[in-house]
Amino acid sequence: MLEVKDLHVTIEDKAILKGLDLTVNAGEVHAIMGPNGAGKSTLSAVIAGKDGYEVTQGTILFEGQDVLEMEIEERARAGLLLGFQYPIEIPGVKNIYLLKAALNAQRAARGEGEIPAPEFMKLVREKSAEMKMDPSFLQRAVNEGFSGGEKKRNEILQMLVLQPKLAMLDEIDSGLDIDAMKVVADGVNSLRSADRAILMVTHYQRLLNHIVPDRVHVLVDGRIVKSGDKDLALELEARGYEWVLEESVA
Amino acid sequence: MSAAERFLQRLTARRADDPSWVAARRQAGAARFEAMGFPTRRDEHWKYTDVRRIAEGDFALASDVAFDAASFDALRLEIDAHRLVFVDGQFSATLSDLDALPTGVSVEPLSQAMVANHEAVGGSLGRLAGVDFSPFTALNTAFADEGAIIRLSAGTVVDKPIYLLMLSRAGSQPVMSHPRVLVEAGARTEATIIEHYAGEPEAANFTNVVTEVMLDRGAIIDHYKLQEAALTDLHVASIHVDQGRDSHFNSYNMNLGGALVRTDLVTDLNAEGAEAAYNGLFFVQGRQHVDNHTLVNHNAPRTFSNENYKGVLDDRSRGVFNGKVFVKKDAQQIEAYQNNANLLLSDRAEIDTKPELVIYADDVKCSHGATTGQLDEDAVYALRSRGIDEPMARALLTLAFVGEVMDKVRLNVIAERVERAVAGRLPERFNLADLVETAEAIQEA
Repeated sequence: MLEVKDLHVTIEDKAILKGLDLTVNAGEVHAIMGPNGAGKSTLSAVIAGKDGYEVTQGTILFEGQDVLEMEIEERARAGLLLGFQYPIEIPGVKNIYLLKAALNAQRAARGEGEIPAPEFMKLVREKSAEMKMDPSFLQRAVNEGFSGGEKKRNEILQMLVLQPKLAMLDEIDSGLDIDAMKVVADGVNSLRSADRAILMVTHYQRLLNHIVPDRVHVLVDGRIVKSGDKDLALELEARGYEWVLEESVA
Repeated sequence: MSAAERFLQRLTARRADDPSWVAARRQAGAARFEAMGFPTRRDEHWKYTDVRRIAEGDFALASDVAFDAASFDALRLEIDAHRLVFVDGQFSATLSDLDALPTGVSVEPLSQAMVANHEAVGGSLGRLAGVDFSPFTALNTAFADEGAIIRLSAGTVVDKPIYLLMLSRAGSQPVMSHPRVLVEAGARTEATIIEHYAGEPEAANFTNVVTEVMLDRGAIIDHYKLQEAALTDLHVASIHVDQGRDSHFNSYNMNLGGALVRTDLVTDLNAEGAEAAYNGLFFVQGRQHVDNHTLVNHNAPRTFSNENYKGVLDDRSRGVFNGKVFVKKDAQQIEAYQNNANLLLSDRAEIDTKPELVIYADDVKCSHGATTGQLDEDAVYALRSRGIDEPMARALLTLAFVGEVMDKVRLNVIAERVERAVAGRLPERFNLADLVETAEAIQEA
């Protein structure tokens, strides 16, 4: 589904990713871990198309399409969605406007008509209930005055409504208490299916107890230096990153 | 011959049957206008607004009120109201609807009121808007022969809005009109008054309106001005408000149309507890020019004013905001807040904004601020990252920017009309009405 090859990325001439390779297949959940400054967030931001990153080398293919040639909104419509680490507040734009406009944009890209209002209402009410969000949140401006946990739940709500093929989650666990973590994890887990994939960026093993990954990658200094199954995350939790670094240098 | 003299020539043609007090008034207005002439940009009050397009124009006076029924239906607000309609400044009895006026309310076309009730009208008309206020006020005083005289006797609460619809027609000869609106709100009265300017798309007329609103003790008046004239129309307006004790005046001044638009809004807070709220919105495109000059005079202690003006400017449009708050000596413990925020959608749009506080009392709470900026690019990205294309993302954010003012609007039909006009730049497939409906339905469920 996603194929990243030899990806080099710079920010203001500073090399962040230095030849990253990653393959994510449909049905899989991948976790990217690594120390601060390793380039974890850069990877998901580049895939989603955020400005300010220069790809100097390498390719990103999503279902065979060249992602780097696609506009930001085209990527989203194709099924690539990024849940932000710090979701921004958009004063004046109601959640419901964003959800409906986004969903209809995605449908239009597939050649489908707009979603009928009753069906849409049913959908968003169901999904907000799953995220334990009061329907009044739908009427509020996107993230305005939301607590940290509410913002993260709102990110997942968008995912549940938009049903991405590849959901990327950038430190979705930061700032969550245990209860909120559970709700967010349940939301993410409900996205798991044979034709979908999830790519998580996280610092902590804690999240991976709730969303159990198929593959864990260690990203250090712009490269994936070690990959393994869920046990690798446990090992990292116990031993830190030093040993991986040493092993990779050796 | 000066431009002023040329304009005044139109006056002599048709005023033979004026009552003598009206004739005297016209003469005073004409004399003052001739002496002042049209303002130029050397005048501090007109520094950013060039009125040559008006001064150099040739405007006749309309003599009939024919208006296409279908376009009337399309232009008017769908609202249950007491309605007076004017076509190029002339009263249309056919299009008006004043059948069900409750007792305690009198709404008359100025032409009738001048003849039938000259003492009362003559005593109030021009009391707030003197001929010295500006050349345009003087010009209006010289020409005014139509408009609305609205009087509310003490304790009257008007059931429905009083709706003044001023229509401008397209024709081979541009015309001018000088409507006059007078509102006398007795003690403890409540009313909503709408001045709505609209017209045929190609209309290129000159409207020069003067509105006076007097609020007696405890009166509450909501005053809407919705200006959505043709993009070729010229529009000058001044609104003068005089407030008694504990009265509330809420102004909603919304400008969407017009090639050249200037509005002066002046309120005198004359007794304790008087409160004025100024809500303003303008949205201009192409080469439109909109100038808002506002003034609040805190003449008495414990008076309150709150002003929030927002502007959205696209293409090569130009906006001017000059908001002045004046606090008289001894007007202690007043509160005055003012804010002006502008959104520039294009590099070539321009706004000149000047908030002014002049305070002679020492125990006051005042603040003012002005901001001008572009759309938040992070927000544009956040919306695009969900699949919303860039024009639509920008449209949603523009709508959000005006939302803060529109949220204050109590008349839904006006809020929706303005939101839809703002959303006019949304891609067609983006169904705003449907969105709003969905949002409302979910709220109710």
